[in-house]
Amino acid sequence: MQKEYKTITEISGPLVFAEVDEPVGYDEMVEIETPNGETRRGQVLESTSTFVAIQVFEGTSGIDKQSSVRFLGETLQMPLTEDLLGRVLSGSGEPIDGGPEIEPDEERPIVGAAINPTAREYPEEFIQTGVSSIDGMNTLVRGQKLPIFSGSGLPHNDLALQIARQATVPEEGEDASEFAVIFGAMGITQEEANEFMDDFERTGALERSIVFMNLADDPAVERTVTPRMALTTAEYLAFEEDYHVLVILTDMTNYCEALREIGAAREEVPGRRGYPGYMYTDLAQLYERAGRIEGRDGSVTQIPILTMPGDDETHPIPDLTGYITEGQVMMDRDLHSQGYEPPVNVLPSLSRLMDDGIGEGLTRGDHADVKDQMFAAYAEGEDLRDLVNIVGREALSERDNRYLDFADRFETEFIDQGFETNRDIDETLDLAWKLLSMFPKTELNRIDEEAIEQYYHEGAETEAEEVTAD
Amino acid sequence: MSQAQETDTTENGVIESVSGPVVTATDLAARMNDVVYVGDEGLMGEVIEIEGKITTIQVYEETSDVAPGEPVESTGEPLSVDLGPGMLDSIYDGVQRPLDVLEEQMGAFLDRGVDAPGIDLEKEWEFEPTVSKGDSVAFGDQVGVVEETVQIDHKVLVPPQYDGGVVAEVHEGEFTVDEPVVVLENGEEIAMRQEWPVREPRPTQEKETPKTPLISGQRILDGMFPIAKGGTAAIPGPFGSGKTVTQHQLAKWADADIVVYVGCGERGNEMTEVIEDFPELEDPVTGNPLMSRTCLIANTSNMPVAARESCVYTGITIAEYYRDMGYDVALMADSTSRWAEAMREISSRLEEMPGEEGYPAYLAARLSEFYERAGKFTNINGTEGSISVIGAVSPPGGDFSEPVTQNTLRIVKTFWALDADLAERRHFPSINWNESYSLYQDQLDPWFRDNVAEDWPEQRQWAVDTLDEESELEEIVQLVGKDALPDDQQLTLEVARYLREAYLQQNAFHDVATFSEPEKTYQMLGAIKAFNDAAFEALEAGVPVDEITEIDAAPRLNRMDTTENYEEFIDELEADIKSQLQEKY
Repeated sequence: MQKEYKTITEISGPLVFAEVDEPVGYDEMVEIETPNGETRRGQVLESTSTFVAIQVFEGTSGIDKQSSVRFLGETLQMPLTEDLLGRVLSGSGEPIDGGPEIEPDEERPIVGAAINPTAREYPEEFIQTGVSSIDGMNTLVRGQKLPIFSGSGLPHNDLALQIARQATVPEEGEDASEFAVIFGAMGITQEEANEFMDDFERTGALERSIVFMNLADDPAVERTVTPRMALTTAEYLAFEEDYHVLVILTDMTNYCEALREIGAAREEVPGRRGYPGYMYTDLAQLYERAGRIEGRDGSVTQIPILTMPGDDETHPIPDLTGYITEGQVMMDRDLHSQGYEPPVNVLPSLSRLMDDGIGEGLTRGDHADVKDQMFAAYAEGEDLRDLVNIVGREALSERDNRYLDFADRFETEFIDQGFETNRDIDETLDLAWKLLSMFPKTELNRIDEEAIEQYYHEGAETEAEEVTAD
Repeated sequence: MSQAQETDTTENGVIESVSGPVVTATDLAARMNDVVYVGDEGLMGEVIEIEGKITTIQVYEETSDVAPGEPVESTGEPLSVDLGPGMLDSIYDGVQRPLDVLEEQMGAFLDRGVDAPGIDLEKEWEFEPTVSKGDSVAFGDQVGVVEETVQIDHKVLVPPQYDGGVVAEVHEGEFTVDEPVVVLENGEEIAMRQEWPVREPRPTQEKETPKTPLISGQRILDGMFPIAKGGTAAIPGPFGSGKTVTQHQLAKWADADIVVYVGCGERGNEMTEVIEDFPELEDPVTGNPLMSRTCLIANTSNMPVAARESCVYTGITIAEYYRDMGYDVALMADSTSRWAEAMREISSRLEEMPGEEGYPAYLAARLSEFYERAGKFTNINGTEGSISVIGAVSPPGGDFSEPVTQNTLRIVKTFWALDADLAERRHFPSINWNESYSLYQDQLDPWFRDNVAEDWPEQRQWAVDTLDEESELEEIVQLVGKDALPDDQQLTLEVARYLREAYLQQNAFHDVATFSEPEKTYQMLGAIKAFNDAAFEALEAGVPVDEITEIDAAPRLNRMDTTENYEEFIDELEADIKSQLQEKY
């Protein structure tokens, strides 16, 4: 059905309205040709028997009422093949690396379908990222969606790269599935993009990566397509070609801004802070495309990155994201300004799938208890810091001082490992025991007695006391 | 219109426009809330507005590629569920399509345009009549029994829309759900399957005041803020504060006969966890697999939004059906906020005038209608049954002043406030003891006195008072430090710390700790109180507070939770605490 219309009635922001005399499917692809011969692509947002609303990906400037509109009779498809590995594509899936045209094995609609919950396999394979604050305290597992909540100017990209570089699954045999990274950039700057590309090239990761680039000066509306392209590709590689795929999406805040822009152009009733009321559903349709499927070898693990406007965790973007994803890794401005790398604040961070992904046979039998004790101790130390500012250290009991020392050493030794250090899980847990041994055994009320016997560093307690006494 | 019914469509219309899940059609002869089939693929939808020639439909499936001009068929019937044996041990989507059947038909990803009956129409069940020829039955009366699962006898009742009368024929043996098992003289045939429209409550005789607690095995709930069988509770909390874990714990350990778990717009992996865990877990009372009493409804966040709107109704209708058999049913809805958001999304596509924060003006009415279907009832047939509803609420930014939380709190009588601060320090369940309340306490206390311990309410009050005092003292400590407090107050803080760490905290992932029966809950609190009493005696006898808190028996209070033979352990512990303290003076 390649009928051409020259019936545009209204152009408003990213939207074009056109009259039609034949029915057009909802979500169908559209090509608009401007008088000077340029072709723009778009998608049907609303379809009635007399007119359609079209969202144009590449921007509407240059389109006039004389432009011709063609409906392609199908929804937006992603061309898929294993050969995409090593390629760099635009935000709407066109190759931009000067390489050959893509010869797809198959095409799939980018909207994607929901995975039937009965077909899912519960994720419980530990991924070792080599980062203590994640492995030890907020463990990532295969098939999880664990976003990084960050703020402007924080080194979230370095952390994402460190994870992409170091992620392994220990104790996996030779016949293990291969690992691939899909990188979806939405509205990031050229400089940030270069940082990623340089690192990919430096470490040779590019061969096993697919990059989708929508930069800050690319059309905003295209951003609504980029993550869907990336995730459709990820699903193909994971569930057809048996890859373990790590999808990094950055920056989700730009994606949500694009949604708001379209919503505003359509004059929709806005939800909180002008974002559309369906943003939860829309984000869920992205984030839920992570997981494992019974009987298939591959997996999709997602690390979306978002910058919280004003570092406000209750802003609709981080808020809705947190309700969908399986936890979050929280970057912290104070830790960053103290020079800790990576500046992850473990207290508000969380991995919901952690409890099933750790323990005997996965990480180590004492992991869960150690983690609980570390959290409790660090939280108590953090609380005491406020008090110290008022009353001073001398006014505090010996017990309190010990907690304060713990909190300090936790940050300088456990958190601050640098972006280049790769710690395996045993190193992380041993370090945790070294710190916990600052406390007398009776204070370790969350740890199993047998584990205390096995791992507790005798003598470390007195050593800590001496430090306090100085 | 339920999933099992043959498509018997009547009047046809034509699609006028498509916008996401909202489709309008012209020339469609349908009533409000009728089920319709939309487009060439026959996507299931429901009529939500009629204006002149235009009928507005919410579609329960993806509408990509659906175009104006395609047909719309009305079934002339409202959205209904199939009720009959086979619902337990099942997992459904929001419109009662069994997800395992869908997986067989369309693979791992959910496709659209596929219908599947809510209960297996082919399967034969052993029907055992409980009436004989010549008996007289009215609607709601039991005519027979089917063993649905190892644990649950499914009672076959005369459907509510029947007149009833004298039994003419009784069949015994194996039948499918649609074959008549009892025939009345007036010609009415009773089969094991019946239908009921989801948006209409099933009839009952009378609603009563609930006086029995729903025991959850969670100390902070049973011990501090109990819910009644037939009660309503809300669990609001920001993300990561443990709503879902609390709901799972309730679904696992609550002493209800039947559990209906509605996963409304939540995570796919979480539902998978339930599907994988429940068949392996045992009911703590009967030892049967938990799935044998559970019906799961899963409409995850990326499944169509309109089906999310209907899934809570599907769930409560199934709950009511089991209540009619005289069972105590517990329904968990996780999360009601997603349901409210689905309403908001549909409402905004209808361009309705929004109320607070974009939610439709009828939000409060819908919420109260839903919670009002909970309660303890005398059924039409004279039996007693109950539905307890526990709804999770996900307030944006953890702000309880938002419309869904506020409108829910106006209806429910138990409020379990989850707290992000507690969750951050991994105090789980992170239910804030200062903000939470239960209005059932007074009507449930007699039960606890009779069945657990005579001084249950007094002991609880002591714990509440101690925790209250702690929160007041904490404010002073923030200013001057703990050491500046007088000895007795320092001791109170120490006791309160044990209340928090040893009593209120409970590890859901520990085999022993995950379930704490009321006796254990009582004794654990008793042990801390014993420490408190002995410690204050010692203090009065002149023992310095530092020496009291340093006895090595006290930290063992923290191990009560995870100890298997708790009775022995607690007895020994109390004795040790006493003797160690008495040694000091």
